[in-house]
Amino acid sequence: MLDDFFTRALVAGIGLALVVGPLGCFVVWRRMAYFGDTMAHSALLGVALSFLFEINLTAGVFVVAALASVALLFLQRHGTLSTDALLGILSHSTLALGLVMVAFMSWIRIDLMAFLFGDILTVSRLDIAMIYGGGALVLLVLAWLWRPLLAATVNQEIAEAEGMRPERARFIFMLLMAAMIAIAMKIVGIMLITSLLIIPAAAARRFASTPETMAVAASLAGAIAVIGGLNASLQFDTPSGPSIVVAALILFLLSLAPISLRKPAALKSGGKT
Amino acid sequence: MLQSTGKSGEPLVEMKNAGVHRSGRWLVRGVDLTVRRGEIVTLIGPNGSGKSTTVKMAIGLLQPDEGTVRRAPSLKVGYVPQKVTVDWTLPLSVERLMTLTGGLDRKKIAEALEAAGIAHLARAEVQALSGGEFQRALLARALAREPDLLVLDEPVQGVDFTGEIALYQLISEIRDRTGCGVLLISHDLHVVMAATDTVVCLNGHVCCRGTPENVLKSPEYVRLFGARAGETLAIYRHHHDHTHLADGRVRQADGRIVDDPHMHHHGHDHIGSDCPDGEHDHAR
Repeated sequence: MLDDFFTRALVAGIGLALVVGPLGCFVVWRRMAYFGDTMAHSALLGVALSFLFEINLTAGVFVVAALASVALLFLQRHGTLSTDALLGILSHSTLALGLVMVAFMSWIRIDLMAFLFGDILTVSRLDIAMIYGGGALVLLVLAWLWRPLLAATVNQEIAEAEGMRPERARFIFMLLMAAMIAIAMKIVGIMLITSLLIIPAAAARRFASTPETMAVAASLAGAIAVIGGLNASLQFDTPSGPSIVVAALILFLLSLAPISLRKPAALKSGGKT
Repeated sequence: MLQSTGKSGEPLVEMKNAGVHRSGRWLVRGVDLTVRRGEIVTLIGPNGSGKSTTVKMAIGLLQPDEGTVRRAPSLKVGYVPQKVTVDWTLPLSVERLMTLTGGLDRKKIAEALEAAGIAHLARAEVQALSGGEFQRALLARALAREPDLLVLDEPVQGVDFTGEIALYQLISEIRDRTGCGVLLISHDLHVVMAATDTVVCLNGHVCCRGTPENVLKSPEYVRLFGARAGETLAIYRHHHDHTHLADGRVRQADGRIVDDPHMHHHGHDHIGSDCPDGEHDHAR
């Protein structure tokens, strides 16, 4: 079944979407969109360093993304610049550093476009194993972390006063994000990872009444976007990564449509929203 | 389970000469404060006097830069912070809010919501609540945990005047029922008077402390809040000195329940009186 490149792409993409959904919800709830973007951009620096030191690509990206988030936390606490400015500096300087380093390494040919925008159609069986293995691990840790992380998201002080250790929860969440970015890079590319985090979660908001249902709905929305995007990319010969993002965007726009979904009674009485 | 008898009086938090130093100045310094089981301690003071800082030190959100803070081992805290905003993107019902920091069975959730007077809002999303309703939801959440120490930072923000009195009434009832200790911050002494055992008046340090009646009369308090403070208080005292019970009777500050509503009208006649001492005498 996995012999066909398109099937492999579908399986990989759906697996990724399932993992990304709950993480993306936290990114949206905690208003970390730009933070996620910064971590994703630092992945290119990770790619360059991995080639330079000849280490495993996924491991290199994970370490650099995690370091970027730690650096950010440190600067936030001890610096005088606003978080906004810090994010702007880190985000683009890590990306630029990565690009410059790649340019210096003339002895190897690196397909930059594949890293920046993903190349889901070339995923191997090993990649799929990585997505499902790593993804399952990420989800397990997130499930274990759920209550303290959610408590810290609602209110850091309540969480801390009532013994939830929010700082630890936040740090572990950063590691999960870094892991997810390392896994997702090949599928949608560095530039588009954040969109896969945020758009399905945002689309899921209207259909959810608890944080837990929103996480599940975000996973489903992501999976639908992957299926729709990949099929469209096959049909119209468009790049696969961006096609998935466009499909997610369409889902999000549909979720804004003024139709009542949770109140069938209201529908009967004249389609009240 | 907490019992109001037996363990009463055991210190839950003990602060000795505690202070917090930030960017070149002391936010608060030299605080001695003890909250015991079954005791309601109220912190009052002007803006920037270190009330929130003191409370945060007491429950370990801030570490003291000098002095010591001792908490009873495995102290279970229920905390209602000054301001909580929940992002719209987070779907959170009042019911779900209850189990934010720990699992609870449905019965306890329902009881806490009932006690806070918002049982009808169990399924409402927190973003749709009014300021007062949300405060009650946060209070219910802290209560449902059955904490040893209930900590409330200005719990009446966004609550109208009658709601304010009802909320303090509720806090006092909770203390009576569960025997927990209560540490609360209030910006106005007059409303909390009936519901508090000890008042600590802060202004960067502890300027006076004691029973509400004593603090009211202390020169430090008058200096801090101005000479007119006593006067205003005299007016407000009548609002909280007694409680109107459902059957029309009146419960007085000392706990006596009287049938005579006359007493209450009499009090209101004196609103605007420029003789606070007279009001005090009268209130007794």
